[in-house]
Amino acid sequence: MAGKKTLDKNTSIKTLKQVLGYIKRYRLAVAVSILLATITVALTLYVPVLIGQAVDHILGPGQVDYESLIRILTRIGIVVLLTAAAQWLMNHINNVITYRVVKDIRTRAFNHLEQLPLSYLDSHPTGDLVSRIIADIDQFSEGLLMGFTQLFTGVMTIAGTLLFMLSINPLITLVVVVITPVSFLVASFIAKRTFAMFKKQSEARGELTSLIDENLGNLKVVQAFGHQEEAEKQLAEINRRLADCSLRATFFSSITNPATRFVNGLVYAGVGTAGAYGVIRGFLTVGQLSSFLNYANQYTKPFNEISGVVTELQNALASASRVFRLMEEPAIPEEAPDACALHEVEGQVALEHVNFSYVPDVKLIENFSLNVKPGQRIALVGPTGCGKTTVINLLMRFYDVDSGSISIDGHDIRNVTRKSLRTSYGMVLQETWLKSGTIRENIAYGRPEASLEEVVQAAKEAHAHSFIKRMPNGYDTVITEDGGNLSQGQKQLLCIARVMLCLPPMLILDEATSSIDTRTEIRIQKAFAKMMEGRTSFIVAHRLSTIREADVILVMKDGHIIEQGTHESLLEKGGFYSELYNSQFAAG
Amino acid sequence: MKRLLRYLSGYKLESIMGPLFKMLEASFELFVPLVVASMIDTGIRNGDTGYILRMGGLLILLGIVGLSCSLTAQYFAAKASVLTAACLRNDLFSHIARLSYTEIDTIGTSTLITRMTSDLNQVQTGINMVLRLFLRSPFVVFGAMVMAFTVNRKAAMTFVVVIPLLSVVVFGILLISMPLYKKVQKQLDQVMLATRENLLGVRVIRAFNRQKSETSRFEEENGLLVQFQVFVGKIAALLNPVTYILINLATVAVIWIGAAQVDGGIITQGRVVALVNYMSQILVELIKLANLIIIISKSVACMNRVDAVFQMEPSIRDGAEPQREGFGAPEAGLGQKEKAGAPETGSGQNGSAGNSFKVEFRDVSFLYAGAKEESLSHIDFSVKKGETVGIIGGTGSGKTTVVNLIPRFYDTASGHVLVDGKEVREYSLEQLRGKIGVVPQKAVLFKGTLRENMQWGRKDASDEEIYRALDIAQAREFVDSKKKGLNLYIDQGGRNLSGGQKQRLTIARALVRRPEILILDDSSSALDFATDAKLRRALKESTDDMTVFLVSQRAAAIKHADQILVLDDGELAGRGTHRELLNTCPLYREICLSQLSKEEVEQDGR
Repeated sequence: MAGKKTLDKNTSIKTLKQVLGYIKRYRLAVAVSILLATITVALTLYVPVLIGQAVDHILGPGQVDYESLIRILTRIGIVVLLTAAAQWLMNHINNVITYRVVKDIRTRAFNHLEQLPLSYLDSHPTGDLVSRIIADIDQFSEGLLMGFTQLFTGVMTIAGTLLFMLSINPLITLVVVVITPVSFLVASFIAKRTFAMFKKQSEARGELTSLIDENLGNLKVVQAFGHQEEAEKQLAEINRRLADCSLRATFFSSITNPATRFVNGLVYAGVGTAGAYGVIRGFLTVGQLSSFLNYANQYTKPFNEISGVVTELQNALASASRVFRLMEEPAIPEEAPDACALHEVEGQVALEHVNFSYVPDVKLIENFSLNVKPGQRIALVGPTGCGKTTVINLLMRFYDVDSGSISIDGHDIRNVTRKSLRTSYGMVLQETWLKSGTIRENIAYGRPEASLEEVVQAAKEAHAHSFIKRMPNGYDTVITEDGGNLSQGQKQLLCIARVMLCLPPMLILDEATSSIDTRTEIRIQKAFAKMMEGRTSFIVAHRLSTIREADVILVMKDGHIIEQGTHESLLEKGGFYSELYNSQFAAG
Repeated sequence: MKRLLRYLSGYKLESIMGPLFKMLEASFELFVPLVVASMIDTGIRNGDTGYILRMGGLLILLGIVGLSCSLTAQYFAAKASVLTAACLRNDLFSHIARLSYTEIDTIGTSTLITRMTSDLNQVQTGINMVLRLFLRSPFVVFGAMVMAFTVNRKAAMTFVVVIPLLSVVVFGILLISMPLYKKVQKQLDQVMLATRENLLGVRVIRAFNRQKSETSRFEEENGLLVQFQVFVGKIAALLNPVTYILINLATVAVIWIGAAQVDGGIITQGRVVALVNYMSQILVELIKLANLIIIISKSVACMNRVDAVFQMEPSIRDGAEPQREGFGAPEAGLGQKEKAGAPETGSGQNGSAGNSFKVEFRDVSFLYAGAKEESLSHIDFSVKKGETVGIIGGTGSGKTTVVNLIPRFYDTASGHVLVDGKEVREYSLEQLRGKIGVVPQKAVLFKGTLRENMQWGRKDASDEEIYRALDIAQAREFVDSKKKGLNLYIDQGGRNLSGGQKQRLTIARALVRRPEILILDDSSSALDFATDAKLRRALKESTDDMTVFLVSQRAAAIKHADQILVLDDGELAGRGTHRELLNTCPLYREICLSQLSKEEVEQDGR
């Protein structure tokens, strides 16, 4: 996806229209910017003319017209100051427009992210989404800014220069116009050649990076198996190839500058020769010749810039289209207008003939019914990856059922506001997510207005108080990104405290499989037990003790619910559950 | 920097020729205004068309010579920079591959990867740009000034004034805006952080209905970003207008002074035009120089970071053989260094003369680099050949640390670790690690075929041996179901396999080695109970004289071991069989109770 930079024409036009839609808000500023650009270009081009006139007043000994010279030089001074002021103001306005537009798009994109269904977010890698909102928009902003500052002034400069040159002398203008295209030919010739080489270079670079990534990322394994020398050999081989491609790519790309400089030199020589001839013939003054030489110098520059800007703009459009595509993804359906809010939930949950699958062809849950009485415990059991989280997804309405219904206290959850549905559940997932912020903010995540006493009380009940107390700043300790300074178990205790503070009528708990400190695990279990008292609970269970105490056990395999019942009834049945259970004792 | 120069000196010719030809090109460019001046003064004044054409031809000739000089320069610069970077990359990789776990922990693998990739690429760009431009730009600036002096001393004084002024402006704006740009980058990171966090926590955020507050936090960070951007933009936007003013005012001055000189008959009209042209040459080069400085300062920072890695010495070196020679000698070039001849045979049964223990820890304490407290203190145990040892304990209790000391991934702080009665420090690393098969916590596989991955264990392993290992590791079934046999292609990081499949393959990889000691570091966590049990049974049956270390969080996984070590906060809280420990070690009993049912525990304890 990231590699695909070019767009077909239709998408480009569509994206461009969308971009213009965002810019529309700032049309006044854009108009001012265009006006300033016109002024800047016109004045910039006027200066060489003035300098030429000045030179014409310095003919030789005793032939210097000081009076006119002073007049012209003062004029140059004023023009220069005006140009500089207009230029600065224009740049500033362009900055403001660009960054504001980008901010608008970014905020809109983020807002949309909040609206997207989990089915979209789950099926797209986080890194990709982040890179759209950060890297792509950044790339877009660079392109847009360049477009504003360089594309317009560039075009105006070319047009203006032609106009000024024509007004001085059409014949010599012709010389310039004839020679400049050579510059494009050379540039495009080089660009085509280098493109292929850059592609090769980036392929080799990609290969090298992935080798490095793999071997250094897992350096400990490489060392444990004494595989260093093999790896070095592989690296040296790719490296040699890379050096080869890289040398060519670097060399050819660095030809562009000298080559265009050379063409520029040709233009200069042509203008100089033709101009000097014109002076002899008397249809040009020396001052006008110097103006021409000056123009010849700056005439080709905008051409090079524009070709750079065009590629940059294409990249920018490609980036923008990726962002817009994200924003066009359908959001979660609006809530039904008559959706009611759940309150004083008893905890009676009924699933009736539920069918659900993530992908249309792969059936997952088929005709599944379950009636949960208030206060019951439901254990979800099965091998890793069997789809236990699917049930959580449906209960929380992160996903909607394909057919059938789920209801709480008799209300179909599709007719209930999402907010009230989700507040009715307390959720502790195995993948503990904490926000960067203080411990207190995290515990109070569900109830930001909670007082410190309440937070401490919740932490105490979650058996988290003792370790929080020992943190450097207690409840005000700042948790770094993704809780880097906490152990896995501590993070889970904080997640429990977070739910403890809200104490919703129903619970969804995900027991940790491994890598939790045994002592903390005992605490977590105690906290879980305390929370579950009198609450309808769904537990993704890994521990036999939890499973045995459940009122209903749902046994899942490959996404299907294959057995359902109590511990005893399932053992008697002698199915998959009993196999799972017995394997506990079969070891050795 | 010294290191870079040493590497560059391997390409002395290229590094000198590059800038030299570049300067040649520049000097040809400096002649252009003079040629034009004589065109005006001689050609036009005398009405000599032939002279004018000759001069026009000269201009083109200057262009051609300049072009060829410049191409030569570009070639040398490209060659020097690419080859130097390639050399650096090879040597850096070899160096990193020999760092010990302690150093890897300190730097972090992601940092090492950055050093090898983007940092070195930046260094390459830096070298290239320096060779091409660093001498050229100042040369043109001062060259233009010198040429101006040859034209007219009085008018040239303008150059003396304006060049320092321009430099101050260009570099001043650069210096002010650079840290501001860094601030912008940092704020962009904040925006990214907010986005990432939001996506990772999407379930929790929605469960707690906090979408609105997350959005407003994002808007806040985003707004701050725009503020910074506009601010730095205001300053950076000064560069062009201010330099423009300076250059043109200087031109006005040159014309004014020139006029007086022409009036006095000291110089001609054409010379004034030449002076004006020199003035405009300066500006372009100064801006180029400013951009170059940015690139150089980035490259220097990157090179310093790379250098810091080079300066890191591996803390663990071979015991039995003399130390290896140092790394990073530039003359090694792209080639491979031959390995100091270590013995291939890793069987080493001879050391076990003194006692019959396979592995022995004698009063071992261990401290991670930079840590304040010991991670292991006074660990004592011994294991006979063929025994299975279970290690259990909480996170951070030191389980992994214990097993990492056996292949000498780390050195002990005090005490002794013995394998076959011989101190691990006395083995060569290759010999020691050849005895041991390690299955790390994180199941890692490498891009390539299944066969290639399995042969990491032993280079010459036959297909038959590999299949046997797959059988034991309970991986045969799913490998067969993929119908590709040992040619099954594994994506980078084993992405095309599930967690449990990867774990089984890493176990098989270690078994292919036919190790004397097998270390399983919590390596069956992604397996379901049934598969885990089958795996353990197969291991037991097929590996009679293999000594097995089994690290686990699951009591069920280790309870049948010949010996169980219970670790608590770096100390040995208990050692014995399952039954013994249930009766003597309260912590072990607590762990078992939390995982197994009460009845089982009661029954086992009896």
